Amino acid sequence: MSDEDSTPPATPPPVSVTRRRRWSAGLIWLVPAVAALIGIGMVIHNWASEGPVIEISFITAEGLEAGKTQVKYKEVVIGLVDSIRLAGDNTHVVVRVNLSKDAAGFATADARYWVVRPRFGTSGVSGIGTLLSGAYIGADNGESHEVKKRFVGLERPPAVIHGSPGKRFSLAASDIGSLDVGSPVYYRRIQVGRLASYELDKDGRQMHVDIFVDAPYDRFVTVSSRFWNASGVDLNLDASGLKLNTQSLATVVAGGIAFQTPPGPRDATLAAEGAQFTLFDDIQTAFAPPDGEPDYMQMRFEQSLRGLSVGSQVDFRGIIVGKVVSIQLDYDVDKQGFPLIVGVVIYPQRFGRAGEKIAQLAPMGNDENMRLAHLIEPMVARGLRAQARTGNLLTGQLYIALDFLPNAPKVAFDPAARPVELPTTPGSFDRLQEQMTGLVNKIDRIPLEAIGKRLDSTIAQLDKILRQVNEATLPQFNATLAGAQGTFGSAQKAIATDAPLQQNLAQTLAEMQRAARSLRVLTDYLGIHPESLLRGKPADPAPRAAPEQDVKGNKP
Amino acid sequence: MTTAPRARELGLTGCHTCGLVCAIEHAQCPRCGSHLHPRKPDSLARSWAFLIAALILYIPSNVLPVMYTSMLGRGEASTILHGVVEFWKSGSWDIALLIFIASVAVPSTKFLVLATLLVSARRQSSWARLQRARLYRFIELIGYWSMLDVVVVALVCALVQFHLLGTAEPRAGIVFFGLVVVLTMFAAMSFDPRLIWDGDEE
Repeated sequence: MSDEDSTPPATPPPVSVTRRRRWSAGLIWLVPAVAALIGIGMVIHNWASEGPVIEISFITAEGLEAGKTQVKYKEVVIGLVDSIRLAGDNTHVVVRVNLSKDAAGFATADARYWVVRPRFGTSGVSGIGTLLSGAYIGADNGESHEVKKRFVGLERPPAVIHGSPGKRFSLAASDIGSLDVGSPVYYRRIQVGRLASYELDKDGRQMHVDIFVDAPYDRFVTVSSRFWNASGVDLNLDASGLKLNTQSLATVVAGGIAFQTPPGPRDATLAAEGAQFTLFDDIQTAFAPPDGEPDYMQMRFEQSLRGLSVGSQVDFRGIIVGKVVSIQLDYDVDKQGFPLIVGVVIYPQRFGRAGEKIAQLAPMGNDENMRLAHLIEPMVARGLRAQARTGNLLTGQLYIALDFLPNAPKVAFDPAARPVELPTTPGSFDRLQEQMTGLVNKIDRIPLEAIGKRLDSTIAQLDKILRQVNEATLPQFNATLAGAQGTFGSAQKAIATDAPLQQNLAQTLAEMQRAARSLRVLTDYLGIHPESLLRGKPADPAPRAAPEQDVKGNKP
Repeated sequence: MTTAPRARELGLTGCHTCGLVCAIEHAQCPRCGSHLHPRKPDSLARSWAFLIAALILYIPSNVLPVMYTSMLGRGEASTILHGVVEFWKSGSWDIALLIFIASVAVPSTKFLVLATLLVSARRQSSWARLQRARLYRFIELIGYWSMLDVVVVALVCALVQFHLLGTAEPRAGIVFFGLVVVLTMFAAMSFDPRLIWDGDEE
């Protein structure tokens, strides 16, 4: 069989085939080698991409699930919750998170973590997307390179994410008001930033409020910018009427901060990152010139100061130059009285030019109180007194007025007293009160009771008289009236046009007219013939018989 | 079996492609030109290589997630075993069983059977030759069905695309699983069942 099939060219191929086979036999081990490489590669990759493991503590693990909840930064997943367990004392939960390798920067000292879940607040709604997808842990890192593995999670999302364009400023406020993290910052009523955080001073006297102003609006914050609390409604009643001011409807509810550079020539240098400002209570105080260092003074009032409170104004000729900082009761052993000691602060800068000029006049001393005392002494001599005056008649609010009362009784001023004490004089309202008291006393002395009794008997008599009038006089009066009415009726009849009296009168008048005419003819005749009086009437010529007849007839 | 002479004894070999019986010295089949060899060349080595590669890849295929499903924005990546457990817990024990058989039992059986076959063939063991031959035919048969998982993932990922409501995406694990299936099939193909019967001469 082999003889038949043997062919000369068949001999070389087996050799080559065998050789190739040996080569390919080794080659086949490449398959598991590649598989192993892939496996090792994956292990290495996994190991290499294994980021730091951190622990974050939260108050509650609401919405978090081990193995499912992700850690996201700018919506990019940077880690996964590995496990959730209770802390040893059960006060909080500890969430263990596997961060990815490229997120190692998030395991640094100033990284922050918080749970993103749906939130409904006065400043808006956030985290709606997590309604369906479930909560996730938001992350934010900072500049630090210091490695940290344990974090305390924030209970609410931070208002400002690190690296956002803009600037951070620090405001010093007396209180936080209705502001909260995330409260808006307005510039000309546009929202330009947010309140990032706030914290109480170490000694608890001031709030430090951190705000963040987004680019490009941060260039409107200059060193002379003023910040004020724009929360709520600002209701103003002044000579021009009622004014209602709000920044926006949102600030009425949630509060907000507004800033602006006061009008006029100002230093327009841009405020540096982290610059310090003061947060004023309202726009008026914000725009008011700076007060500078206040001077402390004391006043002693003998009368009641009901209506005066800490914070009441100190007024000098209509300008508010300071405020009341304390009201304390004292006991005067000598007079056995209870004077009130009112402490006030005066801002010399509020006196404006007057303050500057006076300051130049006064001798410069190291002791601030001494300087103040020297300033005030001559003024007291000229009648400078403090008075508690009524600022509002309706509410009875008092304020302290500083004024020159030339006819005020002289008082001794002790320039060495500390603190400087300004003499007082009873307020105008106190005098008014005294007068009122006198008036009331006088009114009190009027014998009102006796007057009343007499008035009572008088009224009784009057009543009697009136009854008499009613019973006796009035019926007679009625009869009289009826009689009068009858009389008037007959009179009316007598003077009617068709009454006989009237007609007789007309006839009589006609007779009278006729008689008058005859008399005139007679006088005319006598004028012509005066002799007829003596001689009698001459005989008339025949032609004129007729007139003679007339005359003759009339004559007798 | 001992009665009939072996091809090797007669100096003959059969062509794998066209079945022509040729002299053992021939390197190529005179009829169809294919390479001639009495046994599959390096059968055991190849088979081992494929089997080891499959074994290595079987680890990531089980460790890595095979599919990522998200329902209403809440996403979850699941491995094969995780899926089985989930189905079992939710009460669909039949589906759980199906997935378990197709994805875990079958590949594991194949590894065991192939390893057994390879070891016994190398040792030219005479133990249970008939049963081993049956086993070989069995794993050749079930080989394809391991692809069930891959097909399921492919189908689900193609069909479940409702964006926000729900999506399914394949993950790396399924690629490894597919490779495992392919490699075990290669391993089974590389194995020459005639090796079971070698060493019968003694």
